[in-house]
Amino acid sequence: MTTPASEAPVTPRSEYEFGFHDDVEALVKLPKGLSHEVVNTISDIKDEPEWMRKLRLKALDHFNARPMPEWGGELGDIDFNDIHYYVRATDRDESDWEDVPDYIKDTYDKLGIPEAEKQGLLAGVGAQYDSEVVYHNIREDLEEKGVLFLGTDQALREYPDLVKEYFTTVIPPNDNKFAALNTAVWSGGSFIYVPPGVNVDIPLQAYFRINSEDMGQFERTLIIADEGSQVHYVEGCTAPIYSSDSLHSAVVEIVCKPGSNVRYTTIQNWSNNVYNLVTKRATAYQDAVMTWVDGNLGSKLTMKYPAVYLMEPGAHGEVLSIASAGQGQHQDAGAKIVHAAPNTTSVITSKSLSMDGGRSTYRGLLKVYDGADGCRSNVRCDALMLDEHSRSDTYPVMEIDEKRVDIGHEATVSKVGDEQLFYLMARGLSEAEATKMIVNGFVEPIIKSLPLEYAVEMNRLIELQMEGAIG
Amino acid sequence: MTPPLFEIDALQVAVEDKQIVNGLSLTLRPGEVHAIMGPNGSGKSTLANSLMGHPRYTIHGGDIRLEGESVVELAPDERARLGLFLAFQYPTDIPGVSMINFLRRAMSARRGEEIPVREFRQVLNEILGRLQMDEQFVRRYVNDGFSGGEKKRAEILQLGLLEPKVAVMDETDSGLDIDALRIVSEGINTFHSDDNAILLITHYQRILRYVQPDHVHVLIDGRIVESGDASLAERLERDGYEPFMAPAKEEVLTS
Repeated sequence: MTTPASEAPVTPRSEYEFGFHDDVEALVKLPKGLSHEVVNTISDIKDEPEWMRKLRLKALDHFNARPMPEWGGELGDIDFNDIHYYVRATDRDESDWEDVPDYIKDTYDKLGIPEAEKQGLLAGVGAQYDSEVVYHNIREDLEEKGVLFLGTDQALREYPDLVKEYFTTVIPPNDNKFAALNTAVWSGGSFIYVPPGVNVDIPLQAYFRINSEDMGQFERTLIIADEGSQVHYVEGCTAPIYSSDSLHSAVVEIVCKPGSNVRYTTIQNWSNNVYNLVTKRATAYQDAVMTWVDGNLGSKLTMKYPAVYLMEPGAHGEVLSIASAGQGQHQDAGAKIVHAAPNTTSVITSKSLSMDGGRSTYRGLLKVYDGADGCRSNVRCDALMLDEHSRSDTYPVMEIDEKRVDIGHEATVSKVGDEQLFYLMARGLSEAEATKMIVNGFVEPIIKSLPLEYAVEMNRLIELQMEGAIG
Repeated sequence: MTPPLFEIDALQVAVEDKQIVNGLSLTLRPGEVHAIMGPNGSGKSTLANSLMGHPRYTIHGGDIRLEGESVVELAPDERARLGLFLAFQYPTDIPGVSMINFLRRAMSARRGEEIPVREFRQVLNEILGRLQMDEQFVRRYVNDGFSGGEKKRAEILQLGLLEPKVAVMDETDSGLDIDALRIVSEGINTFHSDDNAILLITHYQRILRYVQPDHVHVLIDGRIVESGDASLAERLERDGYEPFMAPAKEEVLTS
């Protein structure tokens, strides 16, 4: 029996185009709730090494002991006992798209994947459906150069030492409550290793899809860019519209070895019933460059502050983020940069939009340790509100323990100005068209840093959201 | 006599309950250039903005008609699409939006259909050349970081592209050096034809040396107190606005 998505109780963001779901029986679906038994079962299903099971159980204890964060967004409605922590639709991670089960393939076809891979726009593609990765493939020449791009579970089976060496080294299990939860029940995610000097010239992309109702998706992504290597990873996220809420709580750890260059781009377009609570952090060593490009359009509540720890001289960290909050949404997003070594540099550029009663929050931390002299950082966060009943806040925190640094900071909060609207309308543009143009201009500095096809997609998603808000 | 192209009929405009324009009437026929001259605070910018429909200004009496049809109830974009144009005294910057994108959208809106890229480029380059503007200029963001002269040239560029029926020029001469004034004036003259009309709103007479007005009006306290031919502008230049001021106002000023 198939229930069309249009008959499901629809959250206000009714123009959300990925709100459909597949009505299929999952192969494995653990009962709702969180316990040692559930964690043990996940570990059993995955037939993991004992160190991982122990790590999971320890993390669960930490999760249970730790109070809910009281800052940020409203988390009180999350019922951790009303969530399926593991849902597996298929028992295989395929490398040939034809072998992926048809109903999953249909879903991804509707989302335009792996069309981009076929067109040669991507160097590799991964797809996660509920708890498990269902597809991973990488261009042959990169594979021959030793580039690894596979599901994290598969990596743990095939390269256990490599995973063990880096797993939880960037984000320890006790970093925060949701990192602890992810460590306890993680499943799926991408594992990438780029050998020294190898340049992955076009992006690797992963696509995350929640399909089941009341489920939590807890992917775990680990990227290791060895010395002098270069890689760009892109992730996209969507989910069906259900009447009850889902939880997405991922952890992404990145190690940028000396001279490497990593760019991680997220276009998050979850449906409006997803709590999106994600910990993303990178460590950058000598002369390495780490860039987070973070686009948050969907979800009910997002709390996400991509971080770069600049560990050795010459390292550069950059966070470019866009958040757009419409009706019933709260985007609590930002950036965290830690200058732990001299002569490191960073740039934070954040643009947030709020419309139709939505709420955007910029929350940032810039930390410079004593002794990290010669650091330079520039922080710029701008917020734009489209109407009177939307909300925007900025909390830029700076902890500077070193005097010989050069820090620039600029923050603006503005409403779509009457003068700007009047100017464009005096040239014949309708109010809706003029507003779109002003918004597009506002996000332009971020959009132009995206590869063309993602820039087009991001613009399209913002416009879709605005159509709901300004009619 | 040809029928009026643009009529301002006993217009009353207020800003936040303060009456600024007090029953102003003016008729422009095709091919005419009118100049409204007035001192600071006489209501020049209020008049210009209210003609275009700025939401901050309330029209609570009188009428504005373009080709016989009232536009008072129309939004600014509707007025623009009908062929009314305002060259801004202080054009607003819109960061992130390129001039070329903005100009093409505006031109398509004015025409009521998408303008083909090729045709757009052709018209654009022709006008850019005439205004002695570099082609790279249109790659910049709308009015963002423009010098005063560049802003005014950009307004004239839009005038040329949009080919309105009636152009209201709000102190287009202010802040221009003599070369820029000449180029901007030539731009206005090139646009001007027997089919359109221009309303120059200005404090000074100097632009009128380049753009010849058929009629000159003196604006004091939101009213036209005197109308005449081009020689009135010369009289103003010589004697100033003082002789036109109401005696009561003078007393207030000197007390």
